[in-house]
Amino acid sequence: MACILAIAEQADGKLKKVAGEVASEAVRQGAASGASVLGVTIGAGAAAAAAQLGDFGVAQAVAIEGQGVATYSGEAFAAALAAVAKEKGATLVLMGATSFARDLLGRLGALLESCPAADCVALAADGGKLVARRPVYAGKALQNVAFGASPAIASLRPNVFAAAKGKGATTSVATVAPAAPPKSCGKLVERVATGGGRLELTEAERIVSGGRGLKNPETFTKLIEPLAAALHAAVGASRAVVDAGWRPHGEQVGQTGKTVAPKLYFACGISGAIQHLAGMRTSKTIVAINKDSEAPIFKVADYGIVGDVEEVLPALTEAVKALKAGH
Amino acid sequence: MRVTVCVKRVPSTTTRIKIASDGRSIDEGGVEFVLNPYDEFAVEEGLRQAEKSGGAVTVITFGPEAATKELRGCLAMGAHEAVHVPADAAPRDALATAKVLAAAIQATTPDLVLLGRQAIDDDQGQVGLMVATLLGFTALPDVVKLEVAGGVAKAEREVEGGLERFELPLPCVITCQKGLNDPRLPNMKGIMAAKKKTIATAAPAAAGATTTVQSLELPPERAAGKIVGEGAAAVPALLKLLRDEAHAL
Repeated sequence: MACILAIAEQADGKLKKVAGEVASEAVRQGAASGASVLGVTIGAGAAAAAAQLGDFGVAQAVAIEGQGVATYSGEAFAAALAAVAKEKGATLVLMGATSFARDLLGRLGALLESCPAADCVALAADGGKLVARRPVYAGKALQNVAFGASPAIASLRPNVFAAAKGKGATTSVATVAPAAPPKSCGKLVERVATGGGRLELTEAERIVSGGRGLKNPETFTKLIEPLAAALHAAVGASRAVVDAGWRPHGEQVGQTGKTVAPKLYFACGISGAIQHLAGMRTSKTIVAINKDSEAPIFKVADYGIVGDVEEVLPALTEAVKALKAGH
Repeated sequence: MRVTVCVKRVPSTTTRIKIASDGRSIDEGGVEFVLNPYDEFAVEEGLRQAEKSGGAVTVITFGPEAATKELRGCLAMGAHEAVHVPADAAPRDALATAKVLAAAIQATTPDLVLLGRQAIDDDQGQVGLMVATLLGFTALPDVVKLEVAGGVAKAEREVEGGLERFELPLPCVITCQKGLNDPRLPNMKGIMAAKKKTIATAAPAAAGATTTVQSLELPPERAAGKIVGEGAAAVPALLKLLRDEAHAL
């Protein structure tokens, strides 16, 4: 019997947002193929988090808890997850494409002898084979990859697969001890929150990005951050301003930075170099503000204002604030 | 300390992608190939770690004959040895590539293995972790800070909303993220020295792919948008469109 594992990322007993998306896609794939769906959580709080999977329609779950996975270690977590996949005869393993998967996906592929597909945006059956669709060249092209080994393993890009909440199922959770870790293991010694609870770029529904048109780091901060705050948006930046040291590289959008797909993307003073466009072109609505009406950014923008960011952005920030206050 | 760095030849970030006639790969005509940008951080970090500990750096690439140009570039930066593992026409996925690299890495008996966080062509970001798992090494991806001393690597990586600090016993595999260092440019002395060095060749280990690329396509073009207006005067019209037409506010 085919079995889909939905590896549901959690922290301290609470499911991450992407876990709901992964669980929902597993349920959809299960319904389409007749496979059973098994939620899997791991680490401190795993059992409590697994119980929340019922909301997404997952009725069975395995929670891996105990010594060996009490604190995070990529080696130990991968060994424990691979052991569950083998024991359950998993035919498909899904997880969210977050930093959790960046550490675990490749390890699972090596342990389960099946090459994963990272950062997928769609999964579909094609003539008995499962095919994953994934962006390559930072989104300049899309690749369709067929899995030839079992289990097929894929990480799903956050904010792409719909989370189907409110299913109201009760999850039967089996708590298990982790499989023995390999001889040599790294360990997490400290986790530090940064950015004072700022919105994460890849998870944000709205992003305000700035480029060289902001002229200097002070203007960038003065004009971009208030607009982002008014819109409850994350702050992004072009490669030019990151390389110039105005902004941290964690904010870079584009081919050597982050690929983002928010519902609303503001490109302010960004001309639209091809490596930047690659990283944001799948955003739902794109707004460009640039003084050069010939800038390439206007070719991908849904709405454009030709003008100086120093004039347009303060007016836009005030107008957004007024709009919010009016609601 | 022995450091081994794996690098890849990739199309530059300014490349406009055209699909080849096989429908599965890119048309390489007119494409400028470069050292994968994240691999520059890996090579630089290898040189710094080796300089600190008095070790040597070996650079390995698995790729076409033309990729020896990128190896030559790494030697010019200061790498001590270079190994080319020639790729044949057989299709290989990330896991098959990792198996080939793991065998080549093992032959160099490294304490530390460095790779870029991902190649900017396939964007998989998995090969480093696979190599580590196949070799029984510890590993950490996306590292922005690294210190190695007393047989332990202390590494820092950026995660959603924070930083994680790890301790990893050697040998270990680190994949390098932008911010780890500022890669040096080769100087004339390095370029001349690199010309005299020999690039070793190692036969690729047998490894078959478990996934198949069925097709490659360009993303749908975005429909042409509209210029709402000029200057701050256009702001009210923009907000109205965002609210009533795009339903984005």
